[in-house]
Amino acid sequence: MTRQQVLDLYFMDARCKLIELAAFLDRVERSDGEADFRLAAIREALPLLQSVQQDKAKAVLLSLSDPTNEPLLSAPGKGACGAWPGAPL
Amino acid sequence: MRYIEPHAHMVSRTTSDYEAMRLAGCEAVCEPAFWAGFDRSSADGFYDYFCQLTDYEPKRAAKFGLPHFCWLCINPKESEDMVLAREVLALIPGFLERPNVLGIGEIGLNKNTRNELAILEEHIDLAARFNQLILVHTPHLEDKLKGTKLILDLLQADSRIQPGRVIIDHVEEHTVSLVLDAGFWAGITLYPESKATPARAVDMVERAGMQNIWLNCACDWGRSEPLAVPQTALEMRRRGHSAKAVDDLIYGNPLRFLSQSPRFRIE
Ligand SMILES: [Zn+2]
Repeated sequence: MTRQQVLDLYFMDARCKLIELAAFLDRVERSDGEADFRLAAIREALPLLQSVQQDKAKAVLLSLSDPTNEPLLSAPGKGACGAWPGAPL
Repeated sequence: MRYIEPHAHMVSRTTSDYEAMRLAGCEAVCEPAFWAGFDRSSADGFYDYFCQLTDYEPKRAAKFGLPHFCWLCINPKESEDMVLAREVLALIPGFLERPNVLGIGEIGLNKNTRNELAILEEHIDLAARFNQLILVHTPHLEDKLKGTKLILDLLQADSRIQPGRVIIDHVEEHTVSLVLDAGFWAGITLYPESKATPARAVDMVERAGMQNIWLNCACDWGRSEPLAVPQTALEMRRRGHSAKAVDDLIYGNPLRFLSQSPRFRIE
């Protein structure tokens, strides 16, 4: 596909997601109380979108990933939340 | 359009889903053993589940003209309890001769723990001893990268394992190259929120090449879309990919991988 064709196919979808993300940040900022690590994780990932390099999706995924290599001694539950809370205390 | 759905948890789906998949061109459906959304209280629960996967579900699928195949294991979410896991592992050889069983899966990791790794290693050993294909589940979200690396290390440490007979599923942009570069097959799972969307899946295929990749919907009891594979085929056509390229990816590739099992035969 040409760059023009990609824009024709995907611009409106990307625009929609961009505004959703902006509205999410507004919503979370006007709410009361402390944020957990997930908000910081999103803020850290945002500048990656401005990179001129390819692999921006990969960079965002890496920034949200557990970077450690050692298996855990036991499971802290079954679920995953989408961002890494940091090394367990 | 024709396609093979290589990863769907049909026990959690309705007959309308079977009908819709068939109408969309599905020619066969494969169902890995997985977590039920709650922990089973004993190995008996798994015995019954394996009977469901090898006896009842193929009959239900046949009513819609769909050949049904399955994979057997104890999933990583329940592998933290090693006593239970070993009881379930001991049941599996008794089911491997059933006519719709393709191999061991979906094994893998969930929270990347020592116990999960130990049980994964025992599943890999079982697959090697019984010469079975392997389907691997990689962890969710923030745990995927680490889990994928641990899984690759374990598989590569066993000299009996041939990478071409192992599919590592739920890859995303940060893990797809790790899997393919090591010679394994990669599965891209299409989910509404996590894993990959149709657009991202096609991006990955365009960049990594179509060789040794399959697409699947992994539909289950959670938010998921049983028609995600044909929807992604439409996405490819919108981008100008040929009908042949689409057919190669959604029919030819799973056919090529699954046909390594003598039990996978479709008309
Ligand atoms: Zn699954």
